[in-house]
Amino acid sequence: MGFKQYIATRIVTMFGVLMATLLVTVALVGSNMDNILKQSVGFEIRQQVTDNKALVASFKTPEELDSFIATQINQRTKSLGLDLPWYAPQRIGITMYKILILDFGHATFLTSDNGSSNVKDIIMEKLPRTILLFTTSTIIISFLGIFLGALSGAKVNSKLDRLTSTFAIVSSSFPVWWIGMLMIFAFAFTYQIFPARATPTIPASDPGYFGALLFHMTLPLITLVLIGFGSWAYLVRNFLIGILQEDFIMAKKAIGIPERKIIFKHALKNAAPPIVTIIALSLSGSLGGAVITEAVFDWPGMGRLYFEAIGVLDLPVIIGATYVLTAFFLASVFVADILYGYFDPRVRTG
Amino acid sequence: MSLTVNQLAQEFSRNKIGLVGIAIIVLLFAMSAAAVIIYPVQTFKEWNNPVSWITYPKSALPAWVNYFLAEKIPEHKILQNPQVATQTIGEISLTSYRFDVDYNYDGFPSDFIYEYSAKYQGAPLLQISVMRPDGLEFDLSSISLPKSKTETEYHQLIFSTDDAVKKSLRKNADKFSFPIDLLSAEDVAFSKTDSNSILKGHYIFQVNLYSVGSKVSIKESKFILGGKVYGAIGTDELRRDLLVGLLWGTPLALFIGITVAVGSVVVGLIYGVFAGYKGKKTDEAMMRLNDVIYALPALPLLIILAITIGNSIFLIVGFLMIFGWVGVAKVSRSMALQIKTLQYVEASKMMGQKDIKIIFKHILPQLLPYTFASIAIAVPAAITTEAGLSFLGLGDPTFPTWGQILHDANSFGAAARGLWWWIVPPGVMIAVTGLAFVFIGNAMDVIVNPRLRR
Repeated sequence: MGFKQYIATRIVTMFGVLMATLLVTVALVGSNMDNILKQSVGFEIRQQVTDNKALVASFKTPEELDSFIATQINQRTKSLGLDLPWYAPQRIGITMYKILILDFGHATFLTSDNGSSNVKDIIMEKLPRTILLFTTSTIIISFLGIFLGALSGAKVNSKLDRLTSTFAIVSSSFPVWWIGMLMIFAFAFTYQIFPARATPTIPASDPGYFGALLFHMTLPLITLVLIGFGSWAYLVRNFLIGILQEDFIMAKKAIGIPERKIIFKHALKNAAPPIVTIIALSLSGSLGGAVITEAVFDWPGMGRLYFEAIGVLDLPVIIGATYVLTAFFLASVFVADILYGYFDPRVRTG
Repeated sequence: MSLTVNQLAQEFSRNKIGLVGIAIIVLLFAMSAAAVIIYPVQTFKEWNNPVSWITYPKSALPAWVNYFLAEKIPEHKILQNPQVATQTIGEISLTSYRFDVDYNYDGFPSDFIYEYSAKYQGAPLLQISVMRPDGLEFDLSSISLPKSKTETEYHQLIFSTDDAVKKSLRKNADKFSFPIDLLSAEDVAFSKTDSNSILKGHYIFQVNLYSVGSKVSIKESKFILGGKVYGAIGTDELRRDLLVGLLWGTPLALFIGITVAVGSVVVGLIYGVFAGYKGKKTDEAMMRLNDVIYALPALPLLIILAITIGNSIFLIVGFLMIFGWVGVAKVSRSMALQIKTLQYVEASKMMGQKDIKIIFKHILPQLLPYTFASIAIAVPAAITTEAGLSFLGLGDPTFPTWGQILHDANSFGAAARGLWWWIVPPGVMIAVTGLAFVFIGNAMDVIVNPRLRR
C-alpha cells in the first residue's frame, strides 16, 4: 500500500466519522429544528402577506386574512417537505445534504458583525479567528513541548526533568479557562498591560485591525501555551526514555555521535509516531478548552459564538458551529494521521 | 500483570504522593459532610433565588482580609440569636430581644436592618434602641404593628434609611458637638459625640415588644449590620454567600467525578475485554465503533446533548460517560488479547466453561489494578469537563457546581473588576480535587506499569 492509498483510506474513514457525527446531531436536534423551520416559514409568509397592502385590503374580516395565511403556510410547508415528520428518510437526507454544503439556514437571534443573520456568514466570520488562535498556540506549544520534553527525557531526574514533570501534572489538572480568568485579573486588572476583552474596539475594515487583533490575542495565547506545553513535554519525555534505552541508540553513542544529535535527530524521530497519535487525539480536549477560553477572553471566535448562542438558545447557530468545529477537529486529526504515516513507514505498508 | 489488589494496596502505602492524594480526598469528603450538616439542603436549593439572599452584602470581601489591613473594614454581621426576656406587668406583657455586638472596625457600617416576623392579636408596640459603648442610649424606632382583631402574622424589615429612624435619632442632636441633620442614621448611631468618627466598642441593640392582654410570639428576629466583608469566602454580586456554594460544590464534584470515572471505566473494561476475548469479526466490528467514538470531538457534542436532551446533573453524568469509556476499552482489549493466550484460560475454555464466566472470573480480576489506576486518572477529566459545560451556562440550575459559580463570575466580569474572591476559590477547589486524584492515579500507574518503574 503506497502513501497515496494510505491517505485515501484515511480520508474515507474521516468522512465516515463526519457523517456519523452529523447523523447523531441531526437526530438529536431534529424535532427542535423542525419547530424552528415551521415557525420561520409561518413568519416569512405572514410578513409577505402583510407587506402586500393591496392583498390585505381585499380581505373583509381578519378571520379571512388569517385563513388565507394558514393555507399559504400549509402550501409552503408541503412544497418544502416539512409536512413529513423530521425523521422521515428523505427529510434526514435533505437536512444532512444542506449541512454538508454549509447551508445552516438563518440564525434566530444572532447576527454577524456586518449584520447578516445567515449562519454560514456568522460562522465563516468567527472560524478564522479561532483557527488563528488555536493553531498559533498549538504550534508554539508543540515546539516548546518537544524541546523541553527532549531535554528532560535525556536527563531523567535532573532538576529540569523534575520541574517539567511536576509542572505537567499540576497544569493538567487546572481548567485552562480558569487560568484565563486569573490572567485577566493579573494582567488586565492589577497590572493594566493587556485589555481584558480580546475583541478589538476598532472596526474590522480599519487597516490597523489585524495588528489590534494580534495585540488582543496575546493574553489568551499566553494562557493556552502556559497550560498546554507541560503535558506535551511530559509525553515526549516518557516516550523518549523508552527509545533512549534501545540498542541502536547505545550503538550510536558507542560510535561517538554527539548526544545532542542523537536526541534531536535519531531518538526523537523514532519516538514521533506514538507522540503524534496521542497528541492528535488529545486535540479534541485542547480544542474544547480553547473554545471555552475564548469565551473567557471574549475573543470574537467560535467560543464566544457558542457562549452567546447558548445564552439565547439559538439552535441553528449551535448546530452549524458544532458541525464546523467537528470538521475542523477531524481535519487536524487527519493532518496528524498523515504525519504518522510519514514518520512510521510501517503504517503505510499496513 | 499478576498483581493482586492486596499487593497494589501494599505498594501504594509506600508512595508518599499517593498518600497525599488520599489525604486530600479524605479532607474533601469531610468538607462534603460539613456542607450537608452546616447548610441544610433547603439553603442550598435557594442558591439561585435572589430573595433569600437579600440580607447579605453585595460583592463583599472575605472577612479575613482584615487581618492584613491596618484599617479594619466593617464586617457584615447577621445577628440571629438574641437574648430573650419576658416580663409581665399587670395587663402589659413585654418581650425583649437583646443583640450584643463588638464593633471594632475603622469605618461606619453601610446600614442596619432589623428583620422580624411576629404573630399577634391587637396592636403591639415595637421599640428599638441602641446602647452605646459611651453609655448613651438612643431610640431608633418605635412603631405600633397594624391593628388586628384576629391572630395574624406580620413580617417586616426596618431599615436604617427609613425616615422614622433618622427622625428619632435627630432628637439627640444636643448630645453631639456637630450638626447631625444631614448624616445618615448609621453615621450618627455609631459616631463619637465630639467628632464624626467611629466609636468603637460594645453595642447593644434592644428590641422591646409591648402588648396589652394577648401574648405576642416572634418567630424570626434578626439584626443585620451592613458591612463590606463577610464570611470566609465573601459574597458575590448577587449577594450569595460563596461559602455555601463552595462547600456544596464538593459533594457534587466528587459525585460527578467518581460516578463518571467508575461508570466509564467499568463499561470500557467489559467492552474491551469482550472484544479482545472474542476476537475475529466481533473484535473488528467493536473496535471500528470504538474508533468512531474516539474521533468525535467531545465538547461540541456535549453542548448539543445538554441543550436538546436536558441539563440535569444525572443526564450530564451520563453524557460524560459516553465519551469516557473508549480509551479504557482500547487498552483493556490489548490486555485481554495477552491474557486469553495464557494456559489457564485455555484450560478452562477446554473444560467447557462459558465465555461470560471466563471473562468475569479469569480475565477481569487480572485487570483490577489497572482499573483502579484508570478510575483515578479519569476523575479530574470528568470534573473539569463538567466545570467547562457549567461555565458555558449548561449546568444544572438546581445543583450549582463550582463551574457555575465561575460562569456567574464571568457573566459579571469579575476578573476584569478585580473580584478575586469570586474567581480564585472555585478554581482552586477544582484544581485541588483534580490534583488529588491525579496523585493517586500516578502513584498507582507506577505500580501497575512496571515499565515506568526505575
